[in-house]
This record gives sequence, structure tokens and C-alpha cells, in this order.
Amino acid sequence: MDDVSRTAKWIYGSAIGLLIAFMYLPMLTVALASFSRSRYFKFPIPDWSTEWYAKVYESLSIRELFSTSLVVAITVGVVATVIAFFGALAFARYDWAGRRIYQKLILLPILFPQAVLGLALLLWFTALGITPTWQATVFAHLVWIAPIATLVISIQVYAFDPAVEEAAFDLGATRWQVMREVTLPLLAPGIFSGFTFSFLLSWANFPLSLFSSGADSTIPEWISAKIQSGYTPQVPAVGTLTMAAAAIVMALGYAAFSLMAWRKSRLEAV
Amino acid sequence: MNKLSRSADWIDQAEPRKPRKVSRLDRLRDAVRNPGFVAAVPISLLFIAGFLAPLTVVVLFAFMPPETFSLLQVPTLDNFRSIFAGTYYLSFVSSLELATCTVVILLVVCYPLAVAMVRIFGNKGSILAIVLAAPLFVADNLRLMGWMLFLVKGGVVSGTLQTYFGIELDSMLYTFSATLFGLVYIYLPFMLFPMVLGVSMVPPKLREAAFDLGATNAQVLREIDIPLAMPGIIIGALICFILVAGAITEAKVLGGTAVVMIAQDIQKEFTFAQNWPKGSALSVLLIAMGGALSWALFKRVDLDTIFGRK
Repeated sequence: MDDVSRTAKWIYGSAIGLLIAFMYLPMLTVALASFSRSRYFKFPIPDWSTEWYAKVYESLSIRELFSTSLVVAITVGVVATVIAFFGALAFARYDWAGRRIYQKLILLPILFPQAVLGLALLLWFTALGITPTWQATVFAHLVWIAPIATLVISIQVYAFDPAVEEAAFDLGATRWQVMREVTLPLLAPGIFSGFTFSFLLSWANFPLSLFSSGADSTIPEWISAKIQSGYTPQVPAVGTLTMAAAAIVMALGYAAFSLMAWRKSRLEAV
Repeated sequence: MNKLSRSADWIDQAEPRKPRKVSRLDRLRDAVRNPGFVAAVPISLLFIAGFLAPLTVVVLFAFMPPETFSLLQVPTLDNFRSIFAGTYYLSFVSSLELATCTVVILLVVCYPLAVAMVRIFGNKGSILAIVLAAPLFVADNLRLMGWMLFLVKGGVVSGTLQTYFGIELDSMLYTFSATLFGLVYIYLPFMLFPMVLGVSMVPPKLREAAFDLGATNAQVLREIDIPLAMPGIIIGALICFILVAGAITEAKVLGGTAVVMIAQDIQKEFTFAQNWPKGSALSVLLIAMGGALSWALFKRVDLDTIFGRK
């Protein structure tokens, strides 16, 4: 925009720069702390080392944590995406009697303090006689994550032109064919970002896992326990690894999203 | 959008000679057959089984006799009586105080940032949004541990000051302000993104027109920018207030024993104290507070007129 003066641009730009630095500063500190040789964190770091990463790699219990977190996050990602795909069609595509109230109700879990939701679920599981395991964690995550994925996919659905579906019906396609050949490919970028969001939010979740996982601890739970008692640089090392994993998933997700959006724009141009 | 209902009309018209009375059952059947309803079924079941039912159990437990584990008892108000007689109001007050401070700070800090994001980085918005949203995919407690290492005695700040400037600094942790700082950090995106949506709803032409008519910067801000961005601002403030009022990790990691928030009391009742009814009663009070607040705000500020004015 040309009505913004150069000075204003400079001020706004540095404000955004500071904001980004502020958001990433603690993560940078965690990464820094993981390379310190001494057991207790001290800055400036006197002696550097990667021994804590070697210890993490050798530790079987930490491997177990990683695999639990991964299984939970993948399951949540897949199930939340399927639920949210239909949820988003009901949210943004079809006109139906209960739509207005539905839109408000299913967003409520997002606006709810997670620690309290986790405790409520714990009470509910106990009342039903369900033992806390990683499957219970998946369910607890879904309650909070599926509505978010629904919102993410809905954004794509709002931009979707129903006339394309109707044209396919007019040309004699069955409901299943329309779904497979038209709806799914056109909504693919949204579905994919829904999956990426769900996976990453589950990967990073702590309050809902805490009360539902029982013996199947996830990484954020282990980190929390170690912050309270028993800090070693293994904690930031594990933390840095989880951040690296999240960054890789995000990068892959962004690349795939761009590719699908590009293919979709070609599909629509034809 | 109306295509489906229109095609249903067409089927009815195929036999116009038999004017059939549409019974309530027929209408229900039509509603249930609508693809929108069918698509809403999975997530609605999840909502009922994972949100509505647990909250109902919490509400029911709040009226059971203290330190019991069954719902099949005579309802009582004992839990609420003992809460109001005890010192729980202290953690309620500190939660509300922290929530108010966090929201005020975030309103002041995020508004200029939202304006900068919309006006200056309009076209680079999506990349910037991803960069700013990415920290949400890292566990809260891990990021708070980063701040802990940053602020602790001998950590990044005090270590740097001592080594290079010879300034001794005490630990900045385990205080009310440290907790507040952690809350501001964690909930910043929840204020920023709704605000960005709000600010992007302000039409630039309206601002230009106001400037052309001789309005000052302050007048444009007061008469155009803020009123038109209000839906985003209110939604952001509301989300932050409710989430901060129920927050727990920030006080635990950065606040130490200096601050006890209400969610910590709730957790204590459910876990160590094994007093489910009291924990439930505290949860009910917290939920009621959040609900009343959102109701009052939405009633006072009519969202429909603000949205409709667009």
C-alpha cells in the first residue's frame, strides 16, 4: 500500500521482527541448553557437548515415549481429519435445519480450558470404568482437536463452488464418483492442512494427555514431570528433538499443501 | 446452497393432484435425510460423548456429598458451602486478576501488531501467520521451560549481565509478574489472530474518506478503526480471558508457590485430595463464570449489528 510512509513501514517491520524474536526466544534457549555439558544450566555455557543427545538415543524409556507420542499423534491426525471432513461439509457446504446452532456448539470445546476439560474427561472415564491408556488419550485429544480441524477444512469448503459437484451429477456420476473425482481432489489442500494441524496439536498436547494416558506417558508429560523434579540437559535435548520433528512435519505439510493448491488451480483452469 | 431443497420441491410437484399434508414426522424425516445432517453426525457424537456427557457428570458430582465416588446419592449443597467458607476465593481472585491483566496487556500489545500485519504485510500475510502460529505446535510447558532457563538466576539474562557487565541480579522467577509474563507469552497468538481478522474487516476506503474530510489520526482510530475491528477484538479478549482463567502450567513453571490459580486447586481436589465432588463444584463455578462473562459480553455488544454493518 502506498499511503504508508517509509518510516511507518520501518517501525511496523521492526515491531513484527521483535514479535517473532519474542515468540522464538524460549525455544532457542531450550536448544542452547541441550548442548551444555554441565548438568545444571549456566549461561554463558562454559563447555559444549552432544553427550545428552547420545544418552537420549540410548535410553529405551525415552524411545518408548517417542513411539507413544507418535502413535497417538498419527491416530488423532487420521481420525480427526475424517471426522472433520464431514464436519466441515455440515459446517460450510450444506444448508440444513440445525446448522446455525451446530456451528456454535461444536466450537465450544476449543474455548474451554484444557486442564478442566482433561479432568472432566478423567471423571467421565472413571464413571464408565475405562482405564486410562493411550487410546483414552486419543479420544481426549479428538474432543479438542476435531473441532479445530473442522474449522481449518471449513475455510477451504467456503471457497468451494458447489456447481462443480452439480455438474458432475448432471453428467451422470454417482454420489461416490462425485466424492472421489470432484469433492476430494478439490478439497485436498484443506484436508491435508487439517491433518497436519491435528497431528501437530496432538504431538504438543500436555493437559489432555496428563489425565487420560495412565501408564502410556507422552513426551510432553515426561518433560513436565522432569521440570518439576530431576532436570538434566536430557530434558531440553528431548524438547529440541520434538521441535525439530514438528518443524519437519510443518515444512513437509507446507510443501504438500502448496503442491496440491497448485494442482487444484490447474484443475480449475481446465 | 438451495439446490437440494429445490430438488425436493420438484419431487413434490411430480404428483400435484394429491395435496398431501406434511406431518411433523415427514418434516423430521426430510431433515434427517439432508446430507448436511448426515455429515454432522460423527462430530456431533464426539461432542456429546466427549464434551457434553463429561460436563454433565461434573455438574452432577458437584451436588454429591463430599469425598464420595458415586452419583447415586441425595443431592446436597455442602461442597459449595465449604468452598465459600474456605479460602478458595483467594485462588479465584488471583486467577481473575491474572486473566484481567493478561487481557489488558495483550489488547495494548496486539493491536498495533495486528495493524502492522494487515496494512504492511498484507500480501505476505500467510507466511507470516505460519511463522507466528508455529510455536503453538510446541508444548506449552517446553516453551515455558525455555523462559525459565532464560530468566532463572545464572540463566541467559542474569548470566550475561554478570559475566559482561558485572551486575548481580536476583532470580526473576516465582513471582506474580513472572506468571503474568508466561501467560502473556502463551496466549498472545489467541489474541493476535482474531484481532488480525478484525482489523482486516476495516475497509481502507472508509479511512481514506475520513482523512479526506479532515479527521485526525486519533479520530480515525476512535471512530473507524477500533469500532469496525471490534468483533475480532472482543472474540480475542473473550477467548484469552476464559483460557487464562482456567490456566495451570504457567503458574506451576514460572510462578512456583507465589501464585495459586483456580485450576491448580481443582486439580488438587481431583488428584491428591481425592475429593471429586469438591473439585467438580469448583469446576462448575469456573465454568459458570466463563459462561456468564461470554453471555454478558455478547449481550452488551450486539455482534449481529456489527457484522451486518459490513
